Amino acid sequence: MAQAAETKKRGKVKEPAVDRDQLLKAYRSMLLIRRFEEKAGQLYGMGLIGGFCHLYIGQEAVVVGMQMAIGEGDQVITSYRDHGHMLACGMEARGVMAELTGREGGYSRGKGGSMHMFSKERNFYGGHGIVGAQVSLGTGLGFSNWYRGSDRVSLTYFGEGASNQGQVFESFNLASLMKLPVVFIIENNKYGMGTSVDRASASKDLSRNGLPWGMPSLQVDGMDVLAVREAAEQAVAACRSGKGPFLLEAKTYRYRGHSMSDPARYRTREEVQQMRSQHDCIENARHRLEAMGVEEAAFKAIDDEVKAIIQDSADFAQTSPEPALSELWTDVLLPDSVVGG
Amino acid sequence: MATQILMPALSPTMTEGKLARWLKKVGDDVRAGDVIAEIETDKATMEIEAVDEGKLARILVEEGAEGVAVNTPIAELSVNGESVSAPVVMQATPAAAAVVVAPTQPAAEASQPDKDWGETKPTTVREALRDAMALEMRRDPDVFLLGEEVAQYQGAYKISQGLLEEFGPRRVIDTPITEHGFTGMAVGAALTGLRPIVEFMTFNFSMQAMDQIINSAAKTLYMSGGQMGCPIVFRGPNGAASRVGAQHSQCFASWYAHVPGLKVVAPWSSADAKGLLRAAIRDPNPVVFLENEILYGQTFDCPVDDEFVLPIGKAKIERVGGHVTIVAFSIMVGVAMKAAEALSKLGIEAEVVNLRSLRPLDTETVVESVKKTNRLVTVEEGWPYAGIGAEVAMRVIESAFDWLDAPPVRVHGADVPLPYAANLEKLALPQPEWVVDAVKKIV
Repeated sequence: MAQAAETKKRGKVKEPAVDRDQLLKAYRSMLLIRRFEEKAGQLYGMGLIGGFCHLYIGQEAVVVGMQMAIGEGDQVITSYRDHGHMLACGMEARGVMAELTGREGGYSRGKGGSMHMFSKERNFYGGHGIVGAQVSLGTGLGFSNWYRGSDRVSLTYFGEGASNQGQVFESFNLASLMKLPVVFIIENNKYGMGTSVDRASASKDLSRNGLPWGMPSLQVDGMDVLAVREAAEQAVAACRSGKGPFLLEAKTYRYRGHSMSDPARYRTREEVQQMRSQHDCIENARHRLEAMGVEEAAFKAIDDEVKAIIQDSADFAQTSPEPALSELWTDVLLPDSVVGG
Repeated sequence: MATQILMPALSPTMTEGKLARWLKKVGDDVRAGDVIAEIETDKATMEIEAVDEGKLARILVEEGAEGVAVNTPIAELSVNGESVSAPVVMQATPAAAAVVVAPTQPAAEASQPDKDWGETKPTTVREALRDAMALEMRRDPDVFLLGEEVAQYQGAYKISQGLLEEFGPRRVIDTPITEHGFTGMAVGAALTGLRPIVEFMTFNFSMQAMDQIINSAAKTLYMSGGQMGCPIVFRGPNGAASRVGAQHSQCFASWYAHVPGLKVVAPWSSADAKGLLRAAIRDPNPVVFLENEILYGQTFDCPVDDEFVLPIGKAKIERVGGHVTIVAFSIMVGVAMKAAEALSKLGIEAEVVNLRSLRPLDTETVVESVKKTNRLVTVEEGWPYAGIGAEVAMRVIESAFDWLDAPPVRVHGADVPLPYAANLEKLALPQPEWVVDAVKKIV
């Protein structure tokens, strides 16, 4: 697929158009996610959050950039590293944080936890704990758009680790065969838990993984929110116009371990430090905004606003009561309305 | 020397078929590999090729003959240039002569938990399933069918016959052989409120997709605090067919019935199939619908009322009796009915409970029956370990221990992977005599 390979090369040729207000908004979104995750890390350390908790710190530009390219009604689905996606979709920080602490005020009323949250209202379809499972589910969201004849698009996120799962390739085939409007986004943060992508994928350029199905693709710097937005706009437009699925590989990095219990000994401190100091997506956006003349007071206002939201969410997550004991038995099945003999 | 050509068996469960067309006529030379005739089975139209060479000497079964039993001589080849005599044409058995399997006990005498749906007509389980899907697809534009060979091929077992023609390729969708992928895709579509019917060519292949059925379809409602339901039906033939070996012969009843968040249904008769499939499609929850390949071609009386539907979670007493309760589901209801007939000749009247639904399980109907008969025998085709029989027996023990006059007895498939050899296979699957013996142990 020479054409797709060329498309891939064009990934960064176009200097993204910079709109000050949009970039400020993106900056705020990324900062909100960063501060939320830092707070979640703190609450985990305090024993208020249990089980698995996978932080998105470092990868914020991916979801925020993607989100800039979609509209009302487009669907989003991802894996278990999902807090950032929920906030980017416009779900409330309180509801997400209260779910992390397993409280009644959480999006799943405490019954889902960090990996399992949903919002029909915000078109967020989870939050899935089994590596790769969300990729076929996300294909189904695209199927639903196709079936209903709508021009909505499904954004289906997964990590580079999941990209080796059989059902991911099954989904590529199905989506390409049926021309389903699905943007597959590989968030390549270089490590599937402790295994580096080099040790897990014979495919060295994951953006080419869609080529056997003729899927157009782009590889993009996932640490640059505008570059992501630019790629996302191309991908979403192609999907919306009925051309079938699109594959994006966003090269990104997570600063924290795979989950809270991961000491991350599989990489050096220097590697992490280098990414943080030279490629941080929030710092990048800030420098750009400063160059555009945004003043310190504007950043301060955003910082304060985000801080307040995070503090409120943390307070709410600790004061919202645990779910009623009767909740154990609810939501297993919906009542059926079949009238029979 | 004449060589006979016999009616071939073209599928594991085929016992008879229609000789659709002769492609050679008397006097034609036939070489090995030549297509000589077309045969319609309950699943497909197949070409038969000659194995031997010679001249087609006589056609013994005419074109268009239905209900031709496997191994019936259908033609003769003259091998050494012997003279060709006038054809002796065997009259075909009309299709109407097909055996009608029906409950042996007259309906009037059976306890009737079902509403009376009025007029019935003889219907195969296959037709009943197709009709159920067609009726629900007419009723709700969000219902669609997908799976391997469901559209252009009309269904690997011909369950979806005619649906592509009526509903078109958007709603009757052929998938590649990719169970994990298309099941996940269907579950994703269901999360948005569409109502997919996923056909597994057989339930054996659902193991490829089990993560999506259990982790995604069954659990999402709970994990989302009730926000996101998954109205989907997983259906297809379950259990042993005939001589297809261990990987294609397995009962998944207890596997799926184990899972909260799923409903599991296992119909026996055409009425069960039609009424319960319609209910399954309308149900807002994921329903695993376990059919049986051997039952597909069997004929039962089925209500013709367009509104006919049966509630999930209600068992049916197929035969009333006072000496022992036999609990069965799917094809084993037929085995239980045959056993009940044999027992009746010995003066033992068995009450046969057709569970119909395995999750939820109609404990009440089973327990009420046992309170009357004081004895319980369960019959299932699957393995005994942690099986449905174990569950039913435990529920009876929990609810009616004091009514039992004897320990419950389980009849079940042998606890081995199913063998291929005919004699061993028979030895592994419950037969009516096993049920008779089990009953005799405790009555």
